[in-house]
Amino acid sequence: MPDLKEITIDKEIDARGSFCPGPLMELIRGMKALPVGGVLAVLSGDPGSAKDIPAWIQKARHEFIGTFPEQGYTRFVARKTH
Amino acid sequence: MPQHVMIVGGGVGGTIVANLLARHLEPIDATVTLIESTGKHAYMPGWLYLPFNHEGLESDQIIRDERGLLNRRVQHIRGTVSDIDTQNRELHVHYSPGLDEIAGTGGAVEATYGYDYLVLATGARLAPEDLSGLSEANGNGGWHHFYSAEAALQLRHALQGFEGGRIVITVGGIPYRCPPAPLEFTFLLDEWLAKHDLRSKTEIQYLFPLPRVFPIESVAEVVTPLLEERHIGYTVFFNAETVDTEKKIISSLEGEEIPYDLLVLVPPHRGARLIEDAGLGDEQGWIPTDRNTLEVKGHQHVYALGDATDLPVSKSGSAAHFEAKIVAARILAAIRGEEPKPDEATYDGEVMCFLETGYNKATQLVFNYEHPPRPPRPSLYYHMEKQLFNRAYWHIVPQGLV
Repeated sequence: MPDLKEITIDKEIDARGSFCPGPLMELIRGMKALPVGGVLAVLSGDPGSAKDIPAWIQKARHEFIGTFPEQGYTRFVARKTH
Repeated sequence: MPQHVMIVGGGVGGTIVANLLARHLEPIDATVTLIESTGKHAYMPGWLYLPFNHEGLESDQIIRDERGLLNRRVQHIRGTVSDIDTQNRELHVHYSPGLDEIAGTGGAVEATYGYDYLVLATGARLAPEDLSGLSEANGNGGWHHFYSAEAALQLRHALQGFEGGRIVITVGGIPYRCPPAPLEFTFLLDEWLAKHDLRSKTEIQYLFPLPRVFPIESVAEVVTPLLEERHIGYTVFFNAETVDTEKKIISSLEGEEIPYDLLVLVPPHRGARLIEDAGLGDEQGWIPTDRNTLEVKGHQHVYALGDATDLPVSKSGSAAHFEAKIVAARILAAIRGEEPKPDEATYDGEVMCFLETGYNKATQLVFNYEHPPRPPRPSLYYHMEKQLFNRAYWHIVPQGLV
């Protein structure tokens, strides 16, 4: 996994405390709005995100950059590829 | 001096708040005014059944006069709120045509109302324009939904002319009202097609944006095997991006294209235009609301409930019903100069609803912020309870009796 400090994040969405529809939908919404090549970060406190978010990135054929655990939440980072 | 409580919206939430306050307050202490634009109260859960039954648009199981559901102490104004001024605590209202004859506005077409307490029960609106390809009218030859009585009847008509092929059911965005509704529609459709000797000629495809067929995992675990049992196809991670109503293809953000013969798509939803115009909503027009007190964030004595809020609970009459009791309890306590009782005046995310699974069976979802639902095995019992509720609604819910 790359070092977070070396990644330029174009947009960061704080989806902590959002359970329904939840961080995955925030990420999908963010990806829609982002230009191709842009890097999106989503902060999530929902344990389900660890499975759902990488699975969606793979299904949608974007590039998953990494999962970065923080205090009480996780930062998910991905690049829009098309 | 009496306090003025203004309630905007005549759906389930607004109507219950108005009736509870009117019943528990003397006119000398407070006036209760409800403003809504149509004069009618719709029982939206009834729309789900319209494509499959014989009821008409004016059926009293679907729609009734709002006035008849309100306590006589509630002042009922038919009009459109054009602006909410939270600085000066005022609402600007355009009266609906004909109000003068009923209520005697002295020929005025608009007015400004001051308030001490404001309740925003402004609901959700359909925003098909948010999905590319949908802005061109639904109905014949295009696409269908059942999120209005009129659209549900158009869908009934389309089904009556349907001779087989692929029916695709999906949602245009999240959140939408009544999360179980598209699944319920799918199950009822499966049964209807079988009864009309069309099931063997029809492929049903259910598409959903999340990694499972329902937002809540415990519910998805119950309904997914049912879909499989009934040979209903499903695709998850399908976020509808465009609909080509000419070629009859729906495409997803994930890059899939699915052709259809009949498309049933829950339109994207937004908060009321009034809320967006007044600058009280987020980017989708939902009102930022405290999850426990239901006070609008940053505005004292302004409450929001039901579909209008940004709360992480289902947009449903059930949530509005539970929330209405909380809002009423808080306003009552404030007017009486008392501290609200935490057990009566704190919303814990409670929702109770049914999920029809077809063939006279249903399951029930009961949950709150902390506890996900544990739906029982679908049975005749819950279906009967739901049918009973559909009838009893008019006599017990808007009045705030339950």
